[in-house]
Amino acid sequence: MLNVALYIICLLIIALSWWKDKQKTKLALVKAWKSFENILPQFLGVLVLIGIMLAYLDTNTISKLLGNQSGWWGIIIAAMIGAVTLIPGFVAFPTAALLLKNGAGLMQMGAFVSTLMMVGIVTMPVEIKYFGRKLTIYRNLLAFLFSFLVAWVIGVAAK
Amino acid sequence: MSKLIKRYSFFVVALLAMAMLAIWDWSREVKALHVLYFSLQEMLLVIPPIFLLLGFLDVWVPKETMTRYMGPEAGIKGVLLAVFIGSAAAGPLYGAFPVAAVLMKKGVSFTNILIFIGAWSTTKIPMFLFEMAALGPKFAWTRLAVDIPGIIIIAWVLNRIVSSKEKAAIIQNAANL
Repeated sequence: MLNVALYIICLLIIALSWWKDKQKTKLALVKAWKSFENILPQFLGVLVLIGIMLAYLDTNTISKLLGNQSGWWGIIIAAMIGAVTLIPGFVAFPTAALLLKNGAGLMQMGAFVSTLMMVGIVTMPVEIKYFGRKLTIYRNLLAFLFSFLVAWVIGVAAK
Repeated sequence: MSKLIKRYSFFVVALLAMAMLAIWDWSREVKALHVLYFSLQEMLLVIPPIFLLLGFLDVWVPKETMTRYMGPEAGIKGVLLAVFIGSAAAGPLYGAFPVAAVLMKKGVSFTNILIFIGAWSTTKIPMFLFEMAALGPKFAWTRLAVDIPGIIIIAWVLNRIVSSKEKAAIIQNAANL
């Protein structure tokens, strides 16, 4: 649905731009292609890494790792799994919901969901290309630590 | 030619790891290829429109306009815009970085760019709706309430950690991408 909207917006913009200024439209298309081609090697590499990683950390393995853990140790494991994996939200949220139903703690799920979205260990090569090594490492580190706060608040407030 | 090899070396190493997995454990290889197939599909579907929109943003929107709305002098308006644009986005986090590069070129303040990255990573509206459905409104709203101040504070801290010289280098690098 969202993707269809995105494509329609793109087509409308291209049409409008073409009608206004053909030269500028061509320039925009060339720029779009160049910046895409520039990052493509990193994208492809990261996608292959994600494939290998999720072959080991599938939903089953994640449930086993998170299902039996509790307390702060469980939160740390949940945060680490979230940090290294990159699962689309439409898979991650139902998984987390299922885990909750099967007895996993709210705080653990809070940490897992938070690092899953904010921390990207496998996507670091892409991030470094744009932001440099230092900023990338600090951003991921701060987001990782912040996720414990998120976990704690969810544990207290969402009970 | 050698430049091409250098650029794709990371990808080639990843492919070699994938090939080794095929020898090591065939059933996992099948899983890995399955995941790769789906993420390639996602990339090919979501990423091209993002780059197209960026191309047009770069050509059509003058730097002055972006600086006025999201530059260092824009104040709270810039912060709100950064949160909004990041939250309205579609696609995985790695789609946010090229957008950030164009924002840098257009004179958006560094803190606002970091807020935008934070918003894209964790307060995306479509994802929020999904989270509410799967984990309940209490969980989703609590996380959102902590996340919005959180990403602003993280952006502020990061902006402090990086020196203005390093920032200039990052912005210069973005202009060349």
